Amino acid sequence: MTPLILTGSSTVGPFFAPCLLRPDAVRQVLAQPGTPGEVIRIEGRVTDGDGAPVTDAMIEIWQANEQGRYNHPSGRGQAPQDESFSGFGRTGTDKDGSYWFETIKPGPVPFAGEQMQAPHISVTIFSRGLLNHLATRLYFEDEAANVTDPVLQSVPANRRDTLVARREGDQAKPVYRFDIVLQGEGETAFFNL
Amino acid sequence: MDTVTTVGEIVRGDREVFPPYLYEAYQSTRKRAPKQPLLSMPLTISELTGPGPVLSAVTPEDADLTRNAGTGGEAIGQRIIVAGRVLDERGTPIPNTLLEVWQANASGRYLHERDQWPGPLDPNFLGIGRCLTNEKGEYRFLTVRPGAYPWKNHYNAWRPAHIHFSVFGPSMLSRLITQMYFADDPLHNLDPIMSSVPAGNARDRLIAAYDHTITEQEWALGYRWDIVVKGPYATPFEETETR
Repeated sequence: MTPLILTGSSTVGPFFAPCLLRPDAVRQVLAQPGTPGEVIRIEGRVTDGDGAPVTDAMIEIWQANEQGRYNHPSGRGQAPQDESFSGFGRTGTDKDGSYWFETIKPGPVPFAGEQMQAPHISVTIFSRGLLNHLATRLYFEDEAANVTDPVLQSVPANRRDTLVARREGDQAKPVYRFDIVLQGEGETAFFNL
Repeated sequence: MDTVTTVGEIVRGDREVFPPYLYEAYQSTRKRAPKQPLLSMPLTISELTGPGPVLSAVTPEDADLTRNAGTGGEAIGQRIIVAGRVLDERGTPIPNTLLEVWQANASGRYLHERDQWPGPLDPNFLGIGRCLTNEKGEYRFLTVRPGAYPWKNHYNAWRPAHIHFSVFGPSMLSRLITQMYFADDPLHNLDPIMSSVPAGNARDRLIAAYDHTITEQEWALGYRWDIVVKGPYATPFEETETR
């Protein structure tokens, strides 16, 4: 059959927060007490082509658990699924353009055959003025597997750093900083999904 | 609007369907649209999976925007039912997926601190709702028809009546936020947001059809709107760089 025409995308506009960011729809803390894995905090700031903070964005993240297993029927692999860990996060940016999540560091996930991907988190950005959302990935600067990750290495070398979160904070409470530049100098590399 | 604005080259996915990131007539795109081409990538398990019905405790009441303000009163306006299916491009229904909707009230006012135009608020209308599709991929909302509302994009700018929809679907590929419009609205061709979607089949896909089989006697008018999201098929995009 002829494929159906997809429904086109549009902006979330300025008025989405009462719906998409109602208190019971925000998922800022993904790690529950007892969730296996290293608890980390992700912090970042979203800026526009003038370097101005984007104060009305929504960020969603999607990640595997510590074992590299997605909470999804097609999450292939033998690693146990942890029902206490959805792997989904959602929050808004504040008046400074900043956002944060508290989660656990994901494990490596399969690529093709025996090859694995470096630990990473899928990041999606929505805002007024974005007629389509933007998709990118967060990698961790202290992961040796980054240099063999097939997706990260497919990004032009001069833009690869935009996907690598910098580790800050002390060992007990690691913070990974992941700023997102929508446009212009230092523009984050976005994927065509 | 189609002929008077600068349209950017950078598009997500199918440029026959999706709007460009830069559409200058919609001013907010100018400083937020990326300038570098989107990068093609191999689709991996990270893209071919996605969050399930992540929000717990979705109740049937959540899908009734005429009463979910919880005041005991009912929203003012033309009561309508918006119903349809969520499908992928192969026509496969998407069951048990979360839809979230938000809209202006019947006079065109959003319940939001940044919407301050002098359209009256309705104390019985929040303008937000959500539901899960059933096992056949079907959804149904009861609401009031939203009014058009003015915005500051350009002189005498009015958005056509619309309802915002957020859809997850089965994978990261199917994630979609869009807007549903109503047929026969003279504001369509004056609206840069609607006009940013390519004219023809793609734009028509955003317009709900009046459907008398959904209309309920002495109760509400019915509109049908199906949503087609990208399925979890590892089909690489051929055109990913700017042309």
